[in-house]
Amino acid sequence: MNNAILSASDLRVEFQARRGPDRARAVDGVNIDIGEGEIVALVGESGCGKTTLARTLLGLERPTAGTISHHGVPLSYTSRALKAYRRLVQLVLQDPSGSLNPRHTVYEAVAEGLRVHGDVVDERDRVAQALARAGLRPPERFFLRYPHELSGGQRQRVVIAGALVLNPKVIIADEPVASLDASVRGEILALLLRLRDELGLAALVVTHDLGLAWNIADRVAVMYLGRIVETGPVEKILTAPEHPYTQALLSVLPEAGAGEPIVLQGEPPDPTRIPPGCRFHVRCQVLASGAAESAGVDDHCRRVDPAILSGGTDIQVACHYAHALNDHVH
Amino acid sequence: MSAPTEPKAAGPRALTWARRRRAVGDFWRLYRQNRAGVFGLVILLLFVATALAAPILTPDNALSLTNAPGTPLEGPTGAYPLGTDSSGRSVLDLVIWGSRVSLTVGFWATFISIAFGTLLGVAAGHFHGWISTVIMRITDWFLVMPSLVLGVALAAVLGRSLTTIIIAIGVTAWPTTARLVRAQTLAVEARPYIERARALGGGHWHVMSRHVVPNVMPIVLAQTTLMVGTAILTESTFAFLGLGDPTTASWGATIQAARDVGAVSARMWWYILPPGFAIVLVVLAFTLCGRAIEGVLNPKLRERS
Repeated sequence: MNNAILSASDLRVEFQARRGPDRARAVDGVNIDIGEGEIVALVGESGCGKTTLARTLLGLERPTAGTISHHGVPLSYTSRALKAYRRLVQLVLQDPSGSLNPRHTVYEAVAEGLRVHGDVVDERDRVAQALARAGLRPPERFFLRYPHELSGGQRQRVVIAGALVLNPKVIIADEPVASLDASVRGEILALLLRLRDELGLAALVVTHDLGLAWNIADRVAVMYLGRIVETGPVEKILTAPEHPYTQALLSVLPEAGAGEPIVLQGEPPDPTRIPPGCRFHVRCQVLASGAAESAGVDDHCRRVDPAILSGGTDIQVACHYAHALNDHVH
Repeated sequence: MSAPTEPKAAGPRALTWARRRRAVGDFWRLYRQNRAGVFGLVILLLFVATALAAPILTPDNALSLTNAPGTPLEGPTGAYPLGTDSSGRSVLDLVIWGSRVSLTVGFWATFISIAFGTLLGVAAGHFHGWISTVIMRITDWFLVMPSLVLGVALAAVLGRSLTTIIIAIGVTAWPTTARLVRAQTLAVEARPYIERARALGGGHWHVMSRHVVPNVMPIVLAQTTLMVGTAILTESTFAFLGLGDPTTASWGATIQAARDVGAVSARMWWYILPPGFAIVLVVLAFTLCGRAIEGVLNPKLRERS
């Protein structure tokens, strides 16, 4: 997709395991595109590599293979290029208490980005503007506050203001509301949506919560063990999921209501030992139920790795069974 | 929540200063609650005042060997409250002048070791890989180096002087600080706000100067006050062993001179005890201050006491 503001192609990130010769494949071949003003939710369970993917998209982690491109221009890893890149892509972390230096006031925390970039003209006005945009009004009242004097929601707004002050085009939010009270969650999510409408800000929201994706995302990418297994518009993914893993995730949502919750069997995924064939087959409820066998794809599931999904906005699924069903229909 | 109401026109710099003033005020309020700390601070200020006023408090020939004011080894009298030494100099005057030496050595040796230790500790904690390994191996090497042996060797090469002692103490005392600072740096670097600073575009220098050093400074400050005491003690040891500058009147040198004339067996308490007490008092004062500062900066310690 050429009009993608941020895209990753065939991205791989590997880590040397602490013990032994194993290498953990945290991100194992990912294509993802984020369009202008688009909110994409990256959903998956803990340890599936979604945070690593987010950090790599930010340029905080160097990919083992593959490229990150911004407006089609591959990211170069010289410190100058990275610094310029940082103005365009900003980070909002999960824990707002930890992501603010306890010794810095709100003013200093928000002005930090400007100071890093030597952009000190109208510093005061721009800090005030960023705070106001993040919903902290009047901004002057917050200048001298310390993080510990603020509530969790206010802290997260300060973090968002610190990102906004650089006028980024994309915000990568890693579990932005996971550590907030339920009452504050909605406000922060509404803030992200408003920023998208007012500033045309694109966002990649990393979360383990499909319900959250439902609330704010345009598009959802479901990640399992280092790879995106299903992607498409949020309505499609959440109402008619094709991948068994997405179905299992959805079945345990209290909002989903209908249907028995699917409890995944087998051992939790380990990125140092990715199973052969479809990486989900050892826990796949469709394969276990014999449905894959009657569709004649069980051998495929165990032996053949489904192709890596390409980027773009199309509906895609990496599942032999789903492909077989689709072929059958057509 | 009381909102600090600053005039709207105040720039960021003015805001920063207002905040700093408030922080210093808070610090002093908490420090004052520690009685031992205040006691140590008073003693310390007395010693500093004495050291600064030494030329006024003592006669011009107080340190002169050839033109000493009194006769050798007098007992305490009205003219010489603590008697005289083997050359006829007033022991009280020697102790007064000795405070200069002790405080100078204490300050410079601490400065060297703290500066080295902090710099290398932060670098070892911030940079991973071979830089950290090399720094830590060097630290280990200096950690096991005995300061007395190094002092003897340095004195043989550089000559016996205050500078030699300062270098010997400074060079052997920094590894503890480096290890302490490195541990604290590692703890700070694991915090998410370091990640945020990196994502904002902050380089090594930004992360170290804006986040790591300010968070490490409290520990360094407490370590500094504790180290001054150690440095003064070590200086006295060096002087007592005859490694000091023979022309300066330090407390250690006075004790050594007293021992040389057999002050202990001759029961000349006025000769040997005053410099000893001075050492104990100064070291105690620094330790009390250090512990009080530690208590203020570390709320967990405050609750316990």
